[in-house]
Amino acid sequence: MVIDDSSAMRMILRRTMTAMGFEVVDAVNGLDALEKLANLDYVPDVALVDWNMPEMDGLTFVQTVREDPRFRTLTLLMVTTESEQSQIVRALAAGAHEYLIKPFTADAVADKLELLGLTTAGSMT
Amino acid sequence: MTIANPEFAFVADLVRREAAIVLEPGKEYLVDARLAPLARAAGVPGVNEFVRLAREGGNATHRWSIVEALTTNETSWFRDAAVFEGFRTELLPRLRAQRTPAQPLRIWSAAASTGQEAYSLAMLLSDELPAGWRFEIVGTDISKEVLDRARSGQYSQLEMNRGLPARHLVRFFERHGTGWRIDERLKANVRFREINLAGPLTGLPRFDVVFMRNVLIYFDLPTKQSILHRVRQLMAPDGFLVLGTAETTRGIDEEFEQTRYGGLSAYRPTADDAAIPLRRRA
Repeated sequence: MVIDDSSAMRMILRRTMTAMGFEVVDAVNGLDALEKLANLDYVPDVALVDWNMPEMDGLTFVQTVREDPRFRTLTLLMVTTESEQSQIVRALAAGAHEYLIKPFTADAVADKLELLGLTTAGSMT
Repeated sequence: MTIANPEFAFVADLVRREAAIVLEPGKEYLVDARLAPLARAAGVPGVNEFVRLAREGGNATHRWSIVEALTTNETSWFRDAAVFEGFRTELLPRLRAQRTPAQPLRIWSAAASTGQEAYSLAMLLSDELPAGWRFEIVGTDISKEVLDRARSGQYSQLEMNRGLPARHLVRFFERHGTGWRIDERLKANVRFREINLAGPLTGLPRFDVVFMRNVLIYFDLPTKQSILHRVRQLMAPDGFLVLGTAETTRGIDEEFEQTRYGGLSAYRPTADDAAIPLRRRA
Protein backbone atom coordinates (compact mmCIF):
# COMPACT_ATOMS: atom_id res chain seq x y z
CA MET A 1 0.00 0.00 0.00
CA VAL A 2 1.32 3.43 -0.97
CA ILE A 3 0.01 6.33 1.14
CA ASP A 4 0.97 9.80 -0.05
CA ASP A 5 -0.96 12.97 -0.85
CA SER A 6 1.31 13.73 -3.83
CA SER A 7 0.08 12.06 -7.00
CA ALA A 8 3.59 12.24 -8.50
CA MET A 9 5.05 10.43 -5.47
CA ARG A 10 2.28 7.82 -5.54
CA MET A 11 3.09 7.21 -9.19
CA ILE A 12 6.84 6.93 -8.52
CA LEU A 13 6.33 4.52 -5.63
CA ARG A 14 3.72 2.51 -7.54
CA ARG A 15 6.14 2.13 -10.42
CA THR A 16 8.99 1.16 -8.08
CA MET A 17 6.95 -1.42 -6.17
CA THR A 18 5.34 -2.86 -9.30
CA ALA A 19 8.79 -3.36 -10.84
CA MET A 20 9.67 -5.47 -7.78
CA GLY A 21 6.61 -7.65 -8.23
CA PHE A 22 4.23 -6.07 -5.72
CA GLU A 23 0.59 -5.32 -6.41
CA VAL A 24 -0.13 -1.79 -5.25
CA VAL A 25 -3.14 -0.19 -3.60
CA ASP A 26 -2.77 3.51 -2.98
CA ALA A 27 -4.33 6.04 -0.65
CA VAL A 28 -4.15 9.83 -0.46
CA ASN A 29 -3.89 10.16 3.34
CA GLY A 30 -4.02 8.15 6.55
CA LEU A 31 -7.80 8.18 6.80
CA ASP A 32 -8.23 7.04 3.21
CA ALA A 33 -5.70 4.26 3.90
CA LEU A 34 -7.58 3.06 6.99
CA GLU A 35 -10.82 2.91 5.01
CA LYS A 36 -9.18 0.98 2.21
CA LEU A 37 -7.48 -1.42 4.63
CA ALA A 38 -10.83 -2.13 6.28
CA ASN A 39 -12.40 -2.97 2.92
CA LEU A 40 -9.64 -5.24 1.66
CA ASP A 41 -10.06 -8.97 2.24
CA TYR A 42 -6.31 -9.31 2.93
CA VAL A 43 -3.63 -7.42 4.83
CA PRO A 44 -0.98 -5.95 2.53
CA ASP A 45 2.65 -6.95 3.14
CA VAL A 46 3.86 -3.40 3.57
CA ALA A 47 2.61 0.19 3.73
CA LEU A 48 4.84 3.00 2.47
CA VAL A 49 3.65 5.96 4.50
CA ASP A 50 4.26 9.67 3.96
CA TRP A 51 4.33 11.82 7.12
CA ASN A 52 2.70 15.13 6.19
CA MET A 53 -0.74 14.58 4.72
CA PRO A 54 -4.13 16.28 5.19
CA GLU A 55 -6.95 14.74 7.28
CA MET A 56 -4.72 12.12 8.92
CA ASP A 57 -0.92 12.32 8.89
CA GLY A 58 1.38 9.32 8.56
CA LEU A 59 2.44 9.25 12.20
CA THR A 60 -1.18 9.04 13.37
CA PHE A 61 -1.84 6.34 10.78
CA VAL A 62 1.13 4.31 12.06
CA GLN A 63 -0.03 4.65 15.67
CA THR A 64 -3.60 3.69 14.74
CA VAL A 65 -2.56 0.64 12.74
CA ARG A 66 -0.18 -0.58 15.45
CA GLU A 67 -3.00 -0.53 17.98
CA ASP A 68 -5.26 -2.62 15.74
CA PRO A 69 -4.60 -6.38 16.00
CA ARG A 70 -6.12 -6.97 12.56
CA PHE A 71 -3.07 -5.35 11.00
CA ARG A 72 -0.29 -6.82 13.15
CA THR A 73 1.35 -8.39 10.09
CA LEU A 74 1.47 -5.10 8.18
CA THR A 75 5.04 -3.80 7.88
CA LEU A 76 5.24 -0.02 8.06
CA LEU A 77 7.88 1.95 6.16
CA MET A 78 7.80 5.72 6.57
CA VAL A 79 8.79 7.53 3.34
CA THR A 80 9.05 11.22 4.07
CA THR A 81 10.97 14.47 3.74
CA GLU A 82 11.07 14.73 7.55
CA SER A 83 14.73 14.14 8.23
CA GLU A 84 15.54 15.13 11.80
CA GLN A 85 16.76 12.38 14.11
CA SER A 86 14.09 13.24 16.66
CA GLN A 87 11.41 12.59 14.04
CA ILE A 88 12.92 9.25 13.08
CA VAL A 89 12.93 8.29 16.76
CA ARG A 90 9.27 9.35 17.08
CA ALA A 91 8.25 7.29 14.05
CA LEU A 92 10.08 4.18 15.25
CA ALA A 93 8.60 4.60 18.74
CA ALA A 94 5.12 4.91 17.20
CA GLY A 95 5.61 1.56 15.48
CA ALA A 96 7.21 2.22 12.11
CA HIS A 97 9.54 -0.63 11.20
CA GLU A 98 11.81 1.41 8.96
CA TYR A 99 12.28 4.95 7.72
CA LEU A 100 13.28 6.25 4.30
CA ILE A 101 14.03 9.92 3.71
CA LYS A 102 13.09 11.63 0.43
CA PRO A 103 14.65 12.00 -2.08
CA PHE A 104 15.35 8.33 -2.63
CA THR A 105 16.17 6.03 -5.51
CA ALA A 106 14.42 2.80 -6.48
CA ASP A 107 17.49 0.96 -5.15
CA ALA A 108 16.99 2.57 -1.75
CA VAL A 109 13.41 1.29 -1.60
CA ALA A 110 14.67 -2.18 -2.57
CA ASP A 111 17.37 -2.00 0.14
CA LYS A 112 14.78 -1.14 2.80
CA LEU A 113 12.44 -3.93 1.69
CA GLU A 114 15.34 -6.38 1.84
CA LEU A 115 16.19 -5.11 5.30
CA LEU A 116 12.59 -5.74 6.32
CA GLY A 117 12.71 -9.27 4.96
CA LEU A 118 10.15 -8.54 2.25
CA THR A 119 12.42 -9.28 -0.68
CA THR A 120 15.44 -11.46 -1.26
CA ALA A 121 17.45 -8.90 -3.23
CA GLY A 122 20.58 -9.76 -1.28
CA SER A 123 21.07 -13.23 -2.60
CA MET A 124 22.46 -15.88 -0.34
CA THR A 125 25.88 -17.27 -1.12
CA MET B 1 26.07 10.38 -29.99
CA THR B 2 27.30 12.68 -27.21
CA ILE B 3 25.11 14.73 -24.95
CA ALA B 4 25.16 18.46 -25.78
CA ASN B 5 26.62 20.99 -23.32
CA PRO B 6 23.35 22.59 -22.16
CA GLU B 7 21.75 19.19 -21.58
CA PHE B 8 24.82 17.92 -19.72
CA ALA B 9 24.81 21.06 -17.56
CA PHE B 10 21.15 20.47 -16.70
CA VAL B 11 21.79 16.84 -15.75
CA ALA B 12 24.89 17.76 -13.69
CA ASP B 13 22.95 20.43 -11.82
CA LEU B 14 20.00 18.09 -11.21
CA VAL B 15 22.17 15.26 -9.87
CA ARG B 16 24.18 17.66 -7.70
CA ARG B 17 21.02 19.11 -6.17
CA GLU B 18 19.21 15.83 -5.65
CA ALA B 19 22.02 13.42 -4.88
CA ALA B 20 25.04 15.57 -3.95
CA ILE B 21 26.96 13.79 -6.70
CA VAL B 22 29.32 15.88 -8.81
CA LEU B 23 29.43 15.17 -12.53
CA GLU B 24 32.48 16.94 -13.91
CA PRO B 25 32.85 17.77 -17.62
CA GLY B 26 34.38 14.67 -19.15
CA LYS B 27 31.64 12.41 -17.78
CA GLU B 28 29.42 12.94 -20.81
CA TYR B 29 30.00 9.32 -21.83
CA LEU B 30 28.59 8.16 -18.50
CA VAL B 31 25.46 10.28 -18.89
CA ASP B 32 25.04 9.00 -22.46
CA ALA B 33 25.34 5.38 -21.36
CA ARG B 34 23.00 5.69 -18.40
CA LEU B 35 20.30 7.79 -20.07
CA ALA B 36 20.16 6.06 -23.47
CA PRO B 37 17.85 3.28 -22.17
CA LEU B 38 15.56 5.92 -20.64
CA ALA B 39 15.36 7.76 -23.94
CA ARG B 40 14.46 4.54 -25.74
CA ALA B 41 11.81 3.75 -23.15
CA ALA B 42 10.34 7.23 -23.50
CA GLY B 43 10.18 6.84 -27.27
CA VAL B 44 12.39 9.82 -28.11
CA PRO B 45 15.27 9.74 -30.61
CA GLY B 46 18.14 10.30 -28.19
CA VAL B 47 19.53 11.42 -24.85
CA ASN B 48 19.38 15.12 -25.70
CA GLU B 49 15.69 14.88 -26.52
CA PHE B 50 15.03 12.95 -23.31
CA VAL B 51 16.82 15.54 -21.17
CA ARG B 52 14.88 18.35 -22.88
CA LEU B 53 11.68 16.43 -22.16
CA ALA B 54 12.62 16.27 -18.49
CA ARG B 55 13.71 19.91 -18.40
CA GLU B 56 11.01 21.61 -20.40
CA GLY B 57 8.09 19.25 -20.01
CA GLY B 58 8.06 19.66 -16.23
CA ASN B 59 7.97 15.88 -15.96
CA ALA B 60 8.93 14.95 -12.38
CA THR B 61 9.09 11.25 -13.20
CA HIS B 62 11.64 11.81 -15.97
CA ARG B 63 13.77 14.01 -13.73
CA TRP B 64 13.63 11.40 -11.00
CA SER B 65 14.62 8.65 -13.40
CA ILE B 66 17.69 10.68 -14.44
CA VAL B 67 18.81 10.92 -10.81
CA GLU B 68 18.23 7.20 -10.32
CA ALA B 69 20.11 6.25 -13.46
CA LEU B 70 23.17 8.20 -12.37
CA THR B 71 23.27 7.05 -8.76
CA THR B 72 22.74 3.31 -9.01
CA ASN B 73 26.42 2.44 -8.48
CA GLU B 74 26.62 3.79 -4.98
CA THR B 75 27.93 1.46 -2.36
CA SER B 76 25.28 0.48 0.12
CA TRP B 77 25.40 -0.13 3.86
CA PHE B 78 25.27 -3.76 5.05
CA ARG B 79 25.45 -4.79 1.39
CA ASP B 80 24.17 -8.36 1.00
CA ALA B 81 22.28 -8.79 4.24
CA ALA B 82 23.00 -12.54 4.38
CA VAL B 83 26.75 -11.87 4.56
CA PHE B 84 26.45 -9.55 7.56
CA GLU B 85 23.96 -11.86 9.23
CA GLY B 86 26.36 -14.78 8.72
CA PHE B 87 29.21 -12.72 10.13
CA ARG B 88 27.12 -11.77 13.17
CA THR B 89 25.68 -15.16 13.96
CA GLU B 90 28.40 -17.55 12.79
CA LEU B 91 31.86 -16.00 12.48
CA LEU B 92 31.79 -13.58 15.38
CA PRO B 93 30.79 -16.14 18.04
CA ARG B 94 33.60 -18.44 16.80
CA LEU B 95 36.14 -15.63 16.98
CA ARG B 96 35.03 -14.68 20.48
CA ALA B 97 35.34 -18.29 21.61
CA GLN B 98 38.90 -18.45 20.28
CA ARG B 99 40.12 -15.11 21.61
CA THR B 100 40.20 -12.96 24.69
CA PRO B 101 39.30 -9.29 25.05
CA ALA B 102 43.01 -8.54 25.57
CA GLN B 103 43.59 -8.27 21.83
CA PRO B 104 41.37 -6.19 19.54
CA LEU B 105 39.57 -8.03 16.76
CA ARG B 106 41.13 -6.85 13.53
CA ILE B 107 39.11 -6.75 10.34
CA TRP B 108 40.22 -5.73 6.87
CA SER B 109 37.80 -4.19 4.39
CA ALA B 110 39.99 -4.70 1.34
CA ALA B 111 37.93 -2.76 -1.21
CA ALA B 112 36.70 -0.05 1.10
CA SER B 113 35.64 2.47 -1.54
CA THR B 114 33.81 5.26 0.30
CA GLY B 115 33.75 3.35 3.58
CA GLN B 116 30.25 1.91 3.88
CA GLU B 117 31.44 -1.69 4.39
CA ALA B 118 34.05 -0.70 6.98
CA TYR B 119 31.61 1.47 8.94
CA SER B 120 28.84 -1.16 8.66
CA LEU B 121 31.19 -3.66 10.29
CA ALA B 122 32.04 -1.10 12.96
CA MET B 123 28.34 -0.56 13.73
CA LEU B 124 27.70 -4.29 13.86
CA LEU B 125 30.65 -4.88 16.22
CA SER B 126 29.60 -1.98 18.44
CA ASP B 127 26.22 -3.66 18.77
CA GLU B 128 27.47 -7.19 19.28
CA LEU B 129 30.71 -7.14 21.27
CA PRO B 130 30.39 -7.19 25.05
CA ALA B 131 31.95 -4.41 27.11
CA GLY B 132 35.72 -4.75 27.30
CA TRP B 133 36.16 -6.12 23.78
CA ARG B 134 37.82 -3.85 21.25
CA PHE B 135 38.02 -3.90 17.49
CA GLU B 136 40.00 -2.25 14.74
CA ILE B 137 38.90 -2.03 11.15
CA VAL B 138 41.28 -1.18 8.33
CA GLY B 139 39.73 -0.08 5.06
CA THR B 140 41.97 -0.05 1.99
CA ASP B 141 41.41 1.00 -1.58
CA ILE B 142 43.51 1.92 -4.59
CA SER B 143 41.79 5.29 -4.95
CA LYS B 144 42.85 8.22 -2.79
CA GLU B 145 39.71 10.08 -3.86
CA VAL B 146 37.29 7.53 -2.41
CA LEU B 147 39.41 7.07 0.72
CA ASP B 148 39.31 10.81 1.40
CA ARG B 149 35.53 10.52 1.35
CA ALA B 150 35.64 7.46 3.60
CA ARG B 151 37.89 9.26 6.10
CA SER B 152 35.55 12.24 6.19
CA GLY B 153 32.73 9.98 7.42
CA GLN B 154 30.25 12.29 5.68
CA TYR B 155 27.48 11.02 3.47
CA SER B 156 24.69 12.53 1.41
CA GLN B 157 21.07 11.72 2.15
CA LEU B 158 20.87 9.46 -0.89
CA GLU B 159 23.91 7.52 0.27
CA MET B 160 22.41 7.16 3.74
CA ASN B 161 19.23 5.74 2.25
CA ARG B 162 21.08 2.78 0.75
CA GLY B 163 20.46 0.00 3.23
CA LEU B 164 21.25 1.75 6.52
CA PRO B 165 18.75 0.67 9.21
CA ALA B 166 16.99 3.66 10.77
CA ARG B 167 18.07 2.66 14.28
CA HIS B 168 21.72 2.77 13.16
CA LEU B 169 21.22 6.18 11.58
CA VAL B 170 19.82 7.48 14.86
CA ARG B 171 22.54 5.89 16.98
CA PHE B 172 25.68 6.42 14.94
CA PHE B 173 25.15 9.57 12.84
CA GLU B 174 24.45 13.23 13.29
CA ARG B 175 23.14 15.83 10.90
CA HIS B 176 25.82 17.71 8.96
CA GLY B 177 24.38 20.32 6.58
CA THR B 178 22.12 18.52 4.14
CA GLY B 179 23.89 15.22 4.79
CA TRP B 180 25.08 13.18 7.75
CA ARG B 181 28.33 12.63 9.62
CA ILE B 182 29.38 9.45 11.42
CA ASP B 183 29.92 9.49 15.16
CA GLU B 184 33.54 10.23 16.10
CA ARG B 185 33.67 7.42 18.69
CA LEU B 186 32.75 4.86 16.04
CA LYS B 187 35.10 6.43 13.53
CA ALA B 188 37.99 6.10 15.99
CA ASN B 189 37.90 2.32 15.43
CA VAL B 190 38.24 2.62 11.66
CA ARG B 191 41.25 3.76 9.65
CA PHE B 192 41.81 3.91 5.93
CA ARG B 193 44.93 3.34 3.85
CA GLU B 194 45.73 3.60 0.17
CA ILE B 195 46.76 0.12 -0.98
CA ASN B 196 46.99 -1.50 -4.39
CA LEU B 197 46.14 -5.15 -3.84
CA ALA B 198 48.25 -6.09 -6.84
CA GLY B 199 51.28 -4.43 -5.21
CA PRO B 200 53.10 -4.95 -1.88
CA LEU B 201 50.81 -5.33 1.14
CA THR B 202 53.10 -3.66 3.62
CA GLY B 203 52.39 -2.10 6.98
CA LEU B 204 49.23 -4.08 7.63
CA PRO B 205 48.59 -6.00 10.86
CA ARG B 206 47.42 -9.59 11.24
CA PHE B 207 43.70 -9.84 10.53
CA ASP B 208 41.05 -12.05 12.07
CA VAL B 209 38.64 -11.47 9.19
CA VAL B 210 39.26 -10.20 5.67
CA PHE B 211 36.34 -8.88 3.63
CA MET B 212 37.48 -8.87 0.00
CA ARG B 213 34.20 -8.91 -1.86
CA ASN B 214 33.88 -8.36 -5.61
CA VAL B 215 37.57 -7.56 -6.01
CA LEU B 216 39.19 -10.66 -7.48
CA ILE B 217 36.85 -10.58 -10.47
CA TYR B 218 38.80 -7.60 -11.82
CA PHE B 219 42.15 -9.43 -11.97
CA ASP B 220 43.68 -12.11 -14.19
CA LEU B 221 44.54 -15.54 -12.75
CA PRO B 222 48.23 -14.93 -11.88
CA THR B 223 47.30 -11.69 -10.11
CA LYS B 224 44.45 -13.43 -8.25
CA GLN B 225 46.90 -16.12 -7.12
CA SER B 226 49.41 -13.53 -5.98
CA ILE B 227 46.77 -11.54 -4.08
CA LEU B 228 45.30 -14.58 -2.31
CA HIS B 229 48.78 -15.86 -1.37
CA ARG B 230 49.75 -12.52 0.16
CA VAL B 231 46.37 -12.03 1.85
CA ARG B 232 46.80 -15.45 3.46
CA GLN B 233 50.12 -14.30 4.92
CA LEU B 234 48.26 -11.48 6.64
CA MET B 235 45.55 -13.69 8.12
CA ALA B 236 45.43 -15.25 11.54
CA PRO B 237 45.74 -19.05 11.12
CA ASP B 238 42.17 -19.43 12.33
CA GLY B 239 40.92 -16.32 10.53
CA PHE B 240 38.22 -15.99 7.90
CA LEU B 241 38.25 -14.65 4.35
CA VAL B 242 34.91 -13.46 2.96
CA LEU B 243 34.63 -13.12 -0.82
CA GLY B 244 31.84 -11.88 -3.09
CA THR B 245 28.94 -14.19 -3.78
CA ALA B 246 30.24 -15.05 -7.26
CA GLU B 247 33.86 -15.51 -6.19
CA THR B 248 35.87 -18.47 -4.90
CA THR B 249 39.44 -19.46 -4.05
CA ARG B 250 38.93 -22.81 -5.79
CA GLY B 251 41.18 -23.22 -8.77
CA ILE B 252 43.19 -20.20 -7.68
CA ASP B 253 44.67 -20.95 -4.27
CA GLU B 254 44.15 -24.41 -2.83
CA GLU B 255 45.58 -23.40 0.53
CA PHE B 256 42.15 -22.11 1.52
CA GLU B 257 39.25 -24.32 2.50
CA GLN B 258 35.67 -23.22 2.03
CA THR B 259 33.16 -23.61 4.82
CA ARG B 260 29.49 -22.71 4.74
CA TYR B 261 28.04 -20.94 7.72
CA GLY B 262 24.31 -20.62 7.15
CA GLY B 263 23.93 -18.20 4.26
CA LEU B 264 27.59 -17.24 4.28
CA SER B 265 30.59 -18.91 2.62
CA ALA B 266 33.93 -18.14 4.24
CA TYR B 267 37.44 -19.38 3.54
CA ARG B 268 40.05 -20.39 6.10
CA PRO B 269 43.78 -20.93 5.53
CA THR B 270 44.81 -24.58 5.62
CA ALA B 271 48.57 -24.26 5.22
CA ASP B 272 50.94 -23.59 8.08
CA ASP B 273 52.65 -20.81 6.18
CA ALA B 274 49.91 -18.44 7.33
CA ALA B 275 51.08 -18.89 10.90
CA ILE B 276 54.87 -18.84 10.58
CA PRO B 277 55.42 -15.20 9.59
CA LEU B 278 52.76 -14.18 12.08
CA ARG B 279 54.70 -15.76 14.93
CA ARG B 280 57.76 -13.89 13.75
CA ARG B 281 55.84 -10.65 13.72
CA ALA B 282 54.36 -11.23 17.15
